[in-house]
This record gives sequence, structure tokens and C-alpha cells, in this order.
Amino acid sequence: MSARTTTGGVPERQVPPTSVRGAAQRGVVARPGREAVEAKGWLRAHKWLLLRRTSQLGILALFLAGPWLGWWLVKGNLSSSLTLGVLPLTDPFLLAQQLAAGHWPYREALLGAGIVLAFYLLLGGRLFCAWVCPVNLVTDAAAWLRRRLGLKGGKAAAANTRYWLLGFVLLAAAATGSLAWEWVNPVSMFHRGLIFGFGLAWGIVGGIFLYDLLIAPRGWCGHLCPQGAFYALLGRAALVRVAADKRSACNDCMDCFAVCPEPQVIRPALKGVGQDHPLILDADCTTCGRCVDVCGKDVFRISTRFNRSES
Amino acid sequence: MVMNDKVQPRARAEASVPSPRRRFLKDAASVAGGAGLLALGAGMYARQASALPATAIRPPGALAEDDFLAACVRCGLCVRDCPYKTLKLAELGDGVVTGTPYFEARDIPCEMCEDIPCVLACPTGALDRSLTDIGKAKMGLAVLIDQENCLNFLGLRCDVCYRVCPVIDKAITLERMHNPRSDRHAMLLPTVHSEYCTGCGKCEKGCVLPGESAIKVLPIKLAQGSKAEHYLRGWEEKKAAGQSLIGDQVELPVRGLEDKAYGDTRVKPGEGPQGPEYRPASPGAGGLDSGWKP
Repeated sequence: MSARTTTGGVPERQVPPTSVRGAAQRGVVARPGREAVEAKGWLRAHKWLLLRRTSQLGILALFLAGPWLGWWLVKGNLSSSLTLGVLPLTDPFLLAQQLAAGHWPYREALLGAGIVLAFYLLLGGRLFCAWVCPVNLVTDAAAWLRRRLGLKGGKAAAANTRYWLLGFVLLAAAATGSLAWEWVNPVSMFHRGLIFGFGLAWGIVGGIFLYDLLIAPRGWCGHLCPQGAFYALLGRAALVRVAADKRSACNDCMDCFAVCPEPQVIRPALKGVGQDHPLILDADCTTCGRCVDVCGKDVFRISTRFNRSES
Repeated sequence: MVMNDKVQPRARAEASVPSPRRRFLKDAASVAGGAGLLALGAGMYARQASALPATAIRPPGALAEDDFLAACVRCGLCVRDCPYKTLKLAELGDGVVTGTPYFEARDIPCEMCEDIPCVLACPTGALDRSLTDIGKAKMGLAVLIDQENCLNFLGLRCDVCYRVCPVIDKAITLERMHNPRSDRHAMLLPTVHSEYCTGCGKCEKGCVLPGESAIKVLPIKLAQGSKAEHYLRGWEEKKAAGQSLIGDQVELPVRGLEDKAYGDTRVKPGEGPQGPEYRPASPGAGGLDSGWKP
């Protein structure tokens, strides 16, 4: 295969045949990441994905160990929980709605929301989306199937719809005096459903899967979800960032764009559009690390916002 | 300037469009409109679905329903700390606001724990910690709703709802009445007193009827009428004042009962205004006998 390109550290600017661009030239369905598997081995080409799934499922397992096995390490759900009987954690997005609805909660909820807020402010707001949120499993599955089936196009809402929706969610809470969004919020509903029972909530989760698969690519997480928008706002000064620090090695295969849940964030860093450093500073980046995995040239790595060096 | 560097590529891209500002306003309006519609839909659905079914009872200490729906984050910590698995979180389609805690008394009633763990578990105050005495809880109000099938109303001595009541002889008492059907027995009617009933639902759970129970815990709003503030209860006013507020009442004679004490209207056969020869009419042949005996 012509994918083996690294010879003596000098990268060839040859587009791999299975990559997005290579497949487009040949008119077949692309398999982004295949070149990386051949260059780095399967494990290293799925490192961040595996870590992320471990994190997502591990957190879910902590919540499920109680009701399933009777090991009550963590009680509650992502909306609010109590770990080992001492550590309260509360979703600051819910707290924001609650304050908008005019309710001042007890100290536990304030403290819990403060801890969560501090964590995501410091490390990266949308780490929640990529590493914790269970809906990510659903939308990732839809995106994967979309790629495998070669489904193109679709009609997504504008990417800033989520910020407007976030505003209206808080407005609706204030206007109705209740947590109006929580009647339909698929994020909290899916997690609660897994732990406490679904009822008809499967319908909402299935709806998101089909919406992402058939109507809008990355439609929910990337365009509509007001909870993701909330966490993106938290992550504007986040420490952990992805850097395209070996961007000189890029062979324009476009695989990173194909797997990225927020592809618009890559270009400024990778191609130096509007900025001179290789850091992805856009708060919409979920720091999922999938671009690191699928790049056969090891262009990307997880770094910090202070490291602007390029190698 | 750095700012200029950032702005330039975009400005170049938009140079071909007639009016970037107009396009931005148009985009923003459509996006905001769409998002607004979605939020409006969610809000209206929320208002419409917020009515609680009559058999769903909130945990002890729950705020009034409107405030509760602003305060409850649907975390389920109260459910986890309920030792009797009474509480559950509503699932979508249950008729109760999805994710909020409730219980159904006929299923599993509240056991009225003295330390009220569900209230202590709530991190937001949707369950109010000022409730420290479970006897003061007002989860609902028991109502003996079906007097046709209640065994005590049929003249039997079931008494189960009375016996299982954790606030026995206060929240439920047995009121003795004459049984007009047999004319020689008493009926002991379970009677709920709102002052003491906590709405725990033990009576509803205990009712021996095979399917639905004759006594049910209902939301207080459904179970209780509002007090007639304008109506002065003479006997209470008299007790409070130590005397009648309208002075002594004039005693008028009752024809045929002149020799009896005032207010005593009991008559023996042969006594009374009809004279000694009078006998009550007996049901004639072919007449309908209702079975009613005065």
C-alpha cells in the first residue's frame, strides 16, 4: 500500500488512498484513520478514543454499581450526585436554570456546582461533552454509521443555534418558574434513564440518533445542545487544548476533519487561518483527541494553552 | 494589530456578499427564531404537563408543586435514601413530570421514618429541611372516597385503615353511628381528620378491598374544600365568648309535646299530636316496601 510514507523522517506529500481526500479522488467511501492504523498500529491509532470510552463507561459504571451490585460509591445522577457519602457534585447548567427559575438551593448543591464549575473552567468546558456525557456515545455512533454508509450532506441548523437555545432555556426557566428544559433535556434524561429507568425516554435518544444519522451531521452535539453550549462558554480559558504542533507534516488527507465533531475548529490551528500559533483555542473543541488518533503523520497532540511552540 | 489580522480573512470572504451586516441580522434572526420556537415548545409542554395525577404523592417536605418544579433537579438522591423503596423517579410517560420523585400509596406507602432520610438527602431544598417532625408532614390527605364498598359503611367491623394508621385515633377515628338498615346495630365509620393526617397512605395500602381501595390519599388541593370564612360557627363562638352572642333564645311550645323538656322531641307510640288511636301506616298488599325503618 502506498500509505507507508514515512521515510527517514521526511514526509511525502502523497495523499493516502483510503483517506477522505484519497477516497474522493477514487470515488469510494473513505475510511478515515486507516492510514494511521497502518502507520502507528491499531492501539495507538485508537488511544484517545479508548481512553475516552473508558472514561464515559467508567463514570456510568460508578453510577450503576449501586443499583446493580449494591456498591453505593456514587448515588444520584449527573444532575446531582453524592460520592462516598461526602462529595457533592451538581451540574452547573442545572443550577443556572434553577437560579433563573427563582430558587436558591441548599449549600450542598451550591458547593457541588462550584466544584464542577471550577473543574471545567480550569481544564476545559467541553471535556464534559467528550469524556462524560452519555449522549456522546449515541451521536458518535450516528457519526460513525454516517461515515461508513457514506451518507453525505443533510441540513443542520446554524452552529450558533445552541447559544441562542441556551439563552432561551434560561429565559423559559425564568418565564415558567420551573426547570422547563429538563422536561425534554436528552442529556440528563438519557443518563437518568440508564440509572433509574427510561419509560419513553428511549424515543428521545433514538430521535437524536436518527436526527444525527439522517438529517444533520453532528446535528445535536454540534449545533443544538444548549448544555454543550453552556460548557463551551465555561471552557473559554481552559488549560487543556489540542495543538497541531507538527502541522508542517500535514499531507492534507482531511481525515481529522472527517472525524472531528466540530471540524470548524481545526482550520485556524492547522492551516494558520487568522492565527499564527498551532493551538486549537476555539471553545467548541471538545478535546476528544480523535484528531490525534486518526492522523497518520502525528500532527496533533494534547497540550496546554500556554504551549504555543511548533515542532 | 492582532485584531485586524483575525478579522481580515472573514472580511475578505464576505466582501462578495452585498451587505454582511444585513446577512448577519437575517441569519441571527432565523437562528434565534428557531431556537426560540424550540424553547417555547419545551416551555409550553412543561406548563401543560405539570399537573400531577391524583394518585401520585410527593415525598414528605416537598415544596408546593410550582416551587417544587423550580427546585427539584431530578437527581434521585431522595429515592436512593428511602429505606422502603417507596419513592421512585418518574419516567417519561408516567404522567408525573419526568425525573421527579413520587410514590403511589396503594403500591408502597410512606413508612414515616423519624429521621426523614429523603428530606436530608435533597441537595436543593425541593424537600424542605424545616420539616423535622414527620408527624407534621402533609404529603396529601386521606379521603374515604367509596362509602358504597367500604366494609365499615356496610356495617361490618373491618377497621383496617384505622388500625394501620400511624397516627391512630387522631388522623383516623371510628365514629359510632346508628345503623338504619338493621335498626339494632352500630356502624363505626372511619373518619379522617385533616389536622393530623400526614398523607402517608398506610390506610390506602391496608384497605382490604381486592382492587382499588375505598380510602385514598389525594392531594390536599383535591381532598379539601376551602373554609367558609364568612360563616361563624355558633357553637365555637359561644365557647370562645363563654356565652351565646345573640342572647338567650325564646322557647316556643311544640304542639302535643307541651309536657316535655325543651328540645326533647322523642315520642312513644300513641303519644304525640295524632292522639292515642294513631298507628303508622303499614305497607299494604302490592305496595313497595323500601325496607327503611325510622
